[in-house]
Amino acid sequence: MTRIDRRALLRGGLVLGCSAAASPLLTPMAFASAPWENRLVVIVLRGAMDGLDVLRPVGDPALAALRPTLAGKATPGAINAGFFAVHPGLDRLAPMWARGEFGAVHAVSTPYRDKRSHFDGQDMLEAGTPGEAGGEGWLNRMLQTVPGLSAETAYAIGREEMLILSGRAAASRWAPEARLRLTPQGRRLLELVNHEDPLFRDATAQAMDIVDELAAEEDAENGGMAGTGDGTLRGDHVRLAEFAASRLRGDSRIASFSINGWDTHERQSAGLGRALERLSDTLLTLEAGLGAAWEKTAVLCVTEFGRTAAENGTRGTDHGTGGAMLYAGGALRGGRVLGDWPGLSEADLYDRRDLMPTRDLRAHAGWVMRGLFGLDRAMIEEAVFPGLELGADPGLLG
Amino acid sequence: MPFDPTRAAIRFGTGLSPLLPPPGSIEAMLRPLGGLDEIGRQLPITPYSEARPTLAEWQDTAARWRKARGTPQEIATRDAYDVMRITAREVALRNFSTTLARGVAAPEGGLRERLVRFWADHFTVVGQGQRDQHLVTPFVEEAIRPHVAARFEDMLIAVITHPVMLSYLDQSRSIGPNSRAGRRGGGLNENLARELLELHTVGVDGPYDQTDVRELAELLTGLGWTIERGMEYRPERAEPGAETVLGTTFSDRASFDTIREALRMLARHPATARHIARKLAVHFVADDPDPALVATLETAWRDSGGDLFAVTATMLEHPQAWDPEPRKVKPPFDFLQSALRALAVPPATILHPDKPGTRGLFRRPLTAMGQNWERPLGPDGWPEQAEAWITPPNMAARVDWAMMAPERLLDELPDPRAFARAAIGPTLPDAVAFAARAAESRGEAIGVVLISPAFQRR
Repeated sequence: MTRIDRRALLRGGLVLGCSAAASPLLTPMAFASAPWENRLVVIVLRGAMDGLDVLRPVGDPALAALRPTLAGKATPGAINAGFFAVHPGLDRLAPMWARGEFGAVHAVSTPYRDKRSHFDGQDMLEAGTPGEAGGEGWLNRMLQTVPGLSAETAYAIGREEMLILSGRAAASRWAPEARLRLTPQGRRLLELVNHEDPLFRDATAQAMDIVDELAAEEDAENGGMAGTGDGTLRGDHVRLAEFAASRLRGDSRIASFSINGWDTHERQSAGLGRALERLSDTLLTLEAGLGAAWEKTAVLCVTEFGRTAAENGTRGTDHGTGGAMLYAGGALRGGRVLGDWPGLSEADLYDRRDLMPTRDLRAHAGWVMRGLFGLDRAMIEEAVFPGLELGADPGLLG
Repeated sequence: MPFDPTRAAIRFGTGLSPLLPPPGSIEAMLRPLGGLDEIGRQLPITPYSEARPTLAEWQDTAARWRKARGTPQEIATRDAYDVMRITAREVALRNFSTTLARGVAAPEGGLRERLVRFWADHFTVVGQGQRDQHLVTPFVEEAIRPHVAARFEDMLIAVITHPVMLSYLDQSRSIGPNSRAGRRGGGLNENLARELLELHTVGVDGPYDQTDVRELAELLTGLGWTIERGMEYRPERAEPGAETVLGTTFSDRASFDTIREALRMLARHPATARHIARKLAVHFVADDPDPALVATLETAWRDSGGDLFAVTATMLEHPQAWDPEPRKVKPPFDFLQSALRALAVPPATILHPDKPGTRGLFRRPLTAMGQNWERPLGPDGWPEQAEAWITPPNMAARVDWAMMAPERLLDELPDPRAFARAAIGPTLPDAVAFAARAAESRGEAIGVVLISPAFQRR
């Protein structure tokens, strides 16, 4: 089978029963060009980022008493947002902030409440609905609203499960370091033994497809996807970001991956600083790798919930409720902290312990998708985030 | 659906082997569990209390080097530190390969090895770095393995009061705010209390709320450990007053006995029976198990007071356990282990994984398949759902291993047609039998058999 034939079949196989436009009978030409110029990257920060330490509400009189070591003894960072002081772990993003390409929203959350389980919290963050999501994520449901997309339009990157992109709409999934070495006969036999098992069949077919595509690109570009960054940053998160940028420079428009290490129960000042350095690396790598496309890119960094308003007995924080969302990219207007500040006095807290969420972060994601991809309000409130009241424009796009 | 020896070895064990016959009956599967741990004695793993280098040795050796900086002893103390660092890494690798080899060599199908994996995942701990990377397997050997066919509450107490768990879930520094120590500073850390309810006992759907988490965190204060003395109870950190958890009020006299009593209450709670009955069925039988199977396990758990031998026996006696449809996908470790068993790779090869030629064929590929050994992302351990494992990048890593590793591990590859029957059993699908004949090389034929869903599912 030629490469084109198999790819067309693959697309058919992956989205079968989803939309008529995905019929294997259509030629690959129908999928050739991406539907939009704008790009959306969603980074899931697993472990519950402490929004109150990333964007410290130094203007709030209650902060110092709640966080004697975390806020009281903290060194100020290079980004000054007035009422809020940004954690010094993000100092390398100060130029991006100054250009208005990096910003934040405070006191937001998903509808998840009370049990404060990472795993349930992440499931709701990615499913995007408190109801039954049937194992589908909100980015996938967004893709389902646009008929005729190819699997290349959206990429889940890395070895971890990304529920946010799982679902009926075709999406690609790859880890930048993965290889697949097979003879042509080996490929045919693999297709044969996998034929009756859709899970194995589709995963293998997509792996072959991506390997072929990357090889073709490498031949064409002589060096391929290497060389997107300047090579000074290291780590798995940098490789994920480089790979994401390489896909988004081409036909992909959506990418999602995760960065771990935010669960700072103990000695938070060290752990959170390291996590924020990784996030800075990631955003700088995306910016460098995307080149001119950065102007048309929105990056949303979301986490399952915030952490307790007060620091705990071990210079860390425990699981909380309201938190912060960070955003970046030339398509968004940053350089500021958005959101309605609820205050930190005991009566203002959720459950007298956590930052009170004043807005559902799905509304921000919804407005960004509306702006980037022209989705209408009903589509977002019914299909992407069922049951969400989108509300007024929070103004991330300017 | 009756007992079937092939399914017994594949679904509840570490796979088929051309050398070791599958168990002939449920009785034969259970017999080794009731007796001595033969394979554990043949292929020993040092338990935590005897494992070296100890954390105290790390501390002393590092301190001696630090103090010797700029003195004539600097080089000698640095060398001592390096020797220890290398030893710890070697011990960690040896622990991994022994765990792998036990399943490859286990008689009667390897049910004990599977149970140890299940419970080690249920009580996931993750090492923090080079100092304790070689101590996770010894924790499993000490706190989990002896209990897999005994009482759950004994395992729970052994695990929750173990230094490795106390360190991993930050219990050691949690201080009752109104305790003697607390009045001088410090405070609660609710990490262990939360995971104890959410993951280890009643489950996230269990009948608890934030108040129970808080009360349990207060009840657990005083439980801690030090590098020098291991686990210890420190009354000056214990929060005074009686705590109420899930409706049970415990003694207002804070003591280690009160903590043990609370752990027993959690172990015996009906929600724990429900939570873990379902987890067992999900792990061994189906991602979405038959409610009748779950209900039977839950009843067996409650009737036996959490006797894990009785619960395991009940699972094996349930007709759903023998459903011919293989609904589970082997996670990467089990895939590798069962492949090595089917290939009859000698334990000596597995126990020396750093030999030139076979280096990099065991632990590294697991990471590429999505299972970085002993380093899951959080205390909830590895995923169960087939879709979490069979993704394009992880599948590519399975293919790469299956195509390349067998040739490097064996002097001579088996006949692929015989291998296919030996690895998959009498239900060998026609397509796989055909592929084993039609491949252009032996290595590729063996690889295609290993990568077939018929081998990767169980």
